[in-house]
Amino acid sequence: MKLATQVEDLLRELAPQVLGALVRRYGGFDTCEDAVQEALLAAAVQWPTQGVPGDPKGWLITVASRRQTELLRNESARRRREATAIRLEPAEPGTAPEVDDTLALLLLCCHPSLTPVSQVALTLRAVGGLSTAEIARALLVPEATVAQRISRAKQRIRTSGGEFRMPPPDELPARVTAVLRVLYLIFNEGYTASSGTALHRAELTTEAIRLARQLRDRLPDDGEVTGLLALMLLTDARRPARTRPDGTLVPLAEQDRSRWDAASIAEGVRLITGTLATAPIGAYQLQAAIAAVHDESRQAADTDWRQILGLYDLLQGIAPGPMVTLNRIVAVAMVHGPEVALRQLTTAESDPALARHHRVHAVRAHLLDIAGDREAARTYYQLAARRTLSLPEKQYLESRAAHLAPPDGGYPSGGAGGPVR
Amino acid sequence: MKYLIMVYSNPMTRTVWQGFSPAEQAEAWQAHAALNEDLAAAGELIVSQALADPSLAKRVSVREGRTITSDGPFAEAKEHLAGFYLVECETIEHVIEHAARIPEAAFGLVEVRPVLEPNGLEP
Repeated sequence: MKLATQVEDLLRELAPQVLGALVRRYGGFDTCEDAVQEALLAAAVQWPTQGVPGDPKGWLITVASRRQTELLRNESARRRREATAIRLEPAEPGTAPEVDDTLALLLLCCHPSLTPVSQVALTLRAVGGLSTAEIARALLVPEATVAQRISRAKQRIRTSGGEFRMPPPDELPARVTAVLRVLYLIFNEGYTASSGTALHRAELTTEAIRLARQLRDRLPDDGEVTGLLALMLLTDARRPARTRPDGTLVPLAEQDRSRWDAASIAEGVRLITGTLATAPIGAYQLQAAIAAVHDESRQAADTDWRQILGLYDLLQGIAPGPMVTLNRIVAVAMVHGPEVALRQLTTAESDPALARHHRVHAVRAHLLDIAGDREAARTYYQLAARRTLSLPEKQYLESRAAHLAPPDGGYPSGGAGGPVR
Repeated sequence: MKYLIMVYSNPMTRTVWQGFSPAEQAEAWQAHAALNEDLAAAGELIVSQALADPSLAKRVSVREGRTITSDGPFAEAKEHLAGFYLVECETIEHVIEHAARIPEAAFGLVEVRPVLEPNGLEP
């Protein structure tokens, strides 16, 4: 591994620990976060050429502390009063209880007063140790936009009384749920074609998995934390097979399963098997279990759709929603046939929340496709392609429609589309 | 989700604009400037630009490897894009609230469209 990469990994690991140490000493999350960011940037420039100091964490805390006092000195009178309480000696390395710091930071960055985009940006910077520029590249927005989101988020945390400490036990479950949602958002943001310009975004999935691991280290008995980590691993394991060289999506049923990441699958299966046996059931665990059934099938034809349908039934019971309803109907088609599924789709569509969902057309197209009604399937694939908000999905749906176009002398054969997730 | 707010102009609005007093024109520009500032402060603004007159547009076509341009104005285009805001907001309803602050919305010439996202799960 190159030194610069090693330094980067080390800095990302130390970032929340250093920030935790600073906030505990000085208070004032927003200024401390700026100070740590600057210390990280200084280290990223110096360490690869001058070598990593003997106590990298102590170095970062010292530099960030110095920067912190400078920042405070430059601020308002109110701030200046706080600055008088600052102690200037460098931190004693190794004494910081970093385990709780990382969790407290995650909870603070996903504070309920913030919008999801702000939670994502702040988490990536304060806990992930990414720079504003890196976050901007990954999220495909200008650096100024990310900087504004972060400063506004910190301001809002301050005004809404968000604190760097563990919330009371009765608030903890809801706060952890918010963190899980943010990590899943980060993961999905990056779960895209892993080619060309999309590379920076793909790193977001790696980052989400890294943060989910850190969260699990802190909350090993929380079934949903483990469930989300397993879900990410089991989904990301398919990455090598999910895109063609031209960047278009390969449906699950057509993926070359020998290219799936066996180590990620093994870890994901081990995690979800363990937690299902011990923890109360939850939505991430059920989604992970579904992903595990897919990942453990050697061929698409071997998929245990009965088990998947059972899991979707449970999921619909505890976390109903349009996507769960539609995915369950796809599983119904695989178990009971497309006609039964089409009837259920028509019934489900009477729910206004679902009637306008763009995936309804995609699912209907898929069901008509496996039922052999190619002309109607083509119409609905085209309709679905016009309604989707995802570019890779649009390309996929258009290709399905094109595949079903009647050529001279009859229809092409083979190549059933995958279930639309 | 990212959305493009498109602001159009047509012969009718150009006539209305030319009939505005300098103070009225300033007020309209001020409405755009205020929206721009609020979007930036909220971390919702990606980019916004006003476009130069369509008479300055060049239409580009490539024929047999040769690039040919033709000058505007293009008679068939009654309405043309006058400016745009690319924003990122939680819901389209929220974007519509922003779009309603644009003076051209009084003439029904403001359009909001979602941007295609580069990510998506495999089907």
